[in-house]
Amino acid sequence: MTGWQNHLIILPILLPMIAAASLLFVDERSRVTKAMISLATTILIAGVSIVLLQVENASEAFNGVYLVGNWVAPFGIVLVLDGLSALMLALTSLLAVATLVFALARWHAVGAHFHSMFQILLMGVNGAFLTGDLFNLFVFFEVMLAASYGLLLHGSGALRVKAGLHYIAVNLVAALFFLIGVSLIYGTTGTLNMADLAARIPEMEADRRMLMEAGAGVLGIAFLIKAGMWPLCFWLPTAYSAASAPVAGMFAILSKLGIYVILRLTMLLFGAGPSAGFGAELLLFGGIATVIFGTVGVLASQALGRLAGYSVLVSSGTMLMVLGINDGAVSSGALLYLVSSTLTIGAFFMLIELVERGQDAGANVLAVTMEAYGEGDDDVEEGGGFAMPGTMAILGICFAACGILLSGLPPLSGFVAKFAMLSAMMGAGATGVPPTAAVWTLVVLVILSGVAALIAMTRAGIRAFWTSIEGTVPRVLVIELVPVMFLLCLTLALTLQAGPAMRYMDTTIRTLSNPTIYIDAVKNAAAIETRAGVQSQETGGN
Amino acid sequence: MELVLSIAIGVMTSCGVWLILRPRTYQVIVGLSLLSYAVNLFIFGVGGVKSNVPPILGDDVLPSTLTDPVPQALVLTAIVIGFATTALFLVVMLASRGLTGNDHVDGRN
Repeated sequence: MTGWQNHLIILPILLPMIAAASLLFVDERSRVTKAMISLATTILIAGVSIVLLQVENASEAFNGVYLVGNWVAPFGIVLVLDGLSALMLALTSLLAVATLVFALARWHAVGAHFHSMFQILLMGVNGAFLTGDLFNLFVFFEVMLAASYGLLLHGSGALRVKAGLHYIAVNLVAALFFLIGVSLIYGTTGTLNMADLAARIPEMEADRRMLMEAGAGVLGIAFLIKAGMWPLCFWLPTAYSAASAPVAGMFAILSKLGIYVILRLTMLLFGAGPSAGFGAELLLFGGIATVIFGTVGVLASQALGRLAGYSVLVSSGTMLMVLGINDGAVSSGALLYLVSSTLTIGAFFMLIELVERGQDAGANVLAVTMEAYGEGDDDVEEGGGFAMPGTMAILGICFAACGILLSGLPPLSGFVAKFAMLSAMMGAGATGVPPTAAVWTLVVLVILSGVAALIAMTRAGIRAFWTSIEGTVPRVLVIELVPVMFLLCLTLALTLQAGPAMRYMDTTIRTLSNPTIYIDAVKNAAAIETRAGVQSQETGGN
Repeated sequence: MELVLSIAIGVMTSCGVWLILRPRTYQVIVGLSLLSYAVNLFIFGVGGVKSNVPPILGDDVLPSTLTDPVPQALVLTAIVIGFATTALFLVVMLASRGLTGNDHVDGRN
């Protein structure tokens, strides 16, 4: 990655920031202008991140290091693009395009500053995926959280305000844990740069190491809250099901952000040396508990929104279990699972709103929302676009596809991902040893959670599509169905391209499990030569 | 100095933890503020407690007598972010109070 390509790395952060700021100058009444700016930016980000993904896919060498202030690594701010962050960026931006298009149908008009908050959320998430040091991770995390508070409350209403209150309180406490962890790590190692940390941790003295591990543990709590590990997850189903449909769809990536950070930090900091495998048991048992809790929740949910919320937990729990056993081949299957389940849950949250529109409950919530914001109904109906013909049939097919994906049946990507994980677990993995009791538990849990999802989705599907005699056919616009179908088609593409996708995941995991590649790349990144005597400008950290 | 700092952090943390577990939103927000003060002091403390020492390397300053500037930069960022999010929480608290008519965290007594 040379020349202009290197500067692409910062665009996923810069573009949404500029867009969010400029959107503030556009009057709230000129919705079309706002929507166009926001949509154009999001599509541009998607383009950039797909280019980055292709560059990362094509090149063998690790070279995506961007020195933001042109100061060399441990002193300046550094952005690092590797296979994992490129993958997450592409996933985020594709999900963002879909949820934003969905929101354009009506949701962006039920409250102020939707597009600005959406862009700031994107900036925070992209920044967290790209950053190469812990404190900037905190800053981007807070940027993302601040935007998510606003987005969760978007549309207002008593239900959302109550869920939002809990969500904000939980996340403020999580942010405090984050700070305590970061400062303990800084106090013991004297650095916050991830590559520098990874280089220093294997050589620490025992007494300091203990304190550093305590700091890493406290730091982990913050991400486990975000990822929703049991028993830190009780806020999640309520918050996600209270959020408006496109926001909930976008929130599917937020719990994966917690998973991403845990994956990144455990592979990088605790890959080798005396601290190797730190926290693995906790992740394993926590993941098992989360999957059990999520599965019971999926079976017990009456409302579709809560079903989707518990599916987020099942997906997080599965990822955590896999991180706990820390086997290369299983992890690359799990990465595919992460992509597939994020797309599925994003599509599912949006689909739920469309399905429930035909039933009374969903319509009432929206009506109350509109009333609270002082919007007339007729204004919403004018929203433009055409109603989809054969609505119920298409909704039913999409719903069935979501069910198949969540339960992991062929032919969609949920099956491929689970198959890759299970076959690796049952002895064909990198280790080649017969599976242990913990691994058998995992196999059983992955299958059982799939069965539970199938039962719950079948039950919900029968209730929504076969027995809704009194329900009218919902008026669904094309631009609401297209995003859902787009996300589901992406999972289909993932199935058809499973071979190249798995190769990409394998390479990513191989690179991750060798921290020296990351450390060397960051340490050897040279600053660009400036004119003699002119020191490059330092960019502010605050 | 270290003793005073650690007692202050400890007292504020324990008060904060007790308060955020209370059922009234006002108590929760005061608890969160106390906790964030405690955390800010803690960040300040990890750089080593020194008084009247410059954080900037000059010609006649020994590096060993310097105070670490990084925790100070961190704590500044943390204060700003904590302040903003607390203000936001206050707004949501008021909205909840307006919508439900009471200040219980679950919106019902």
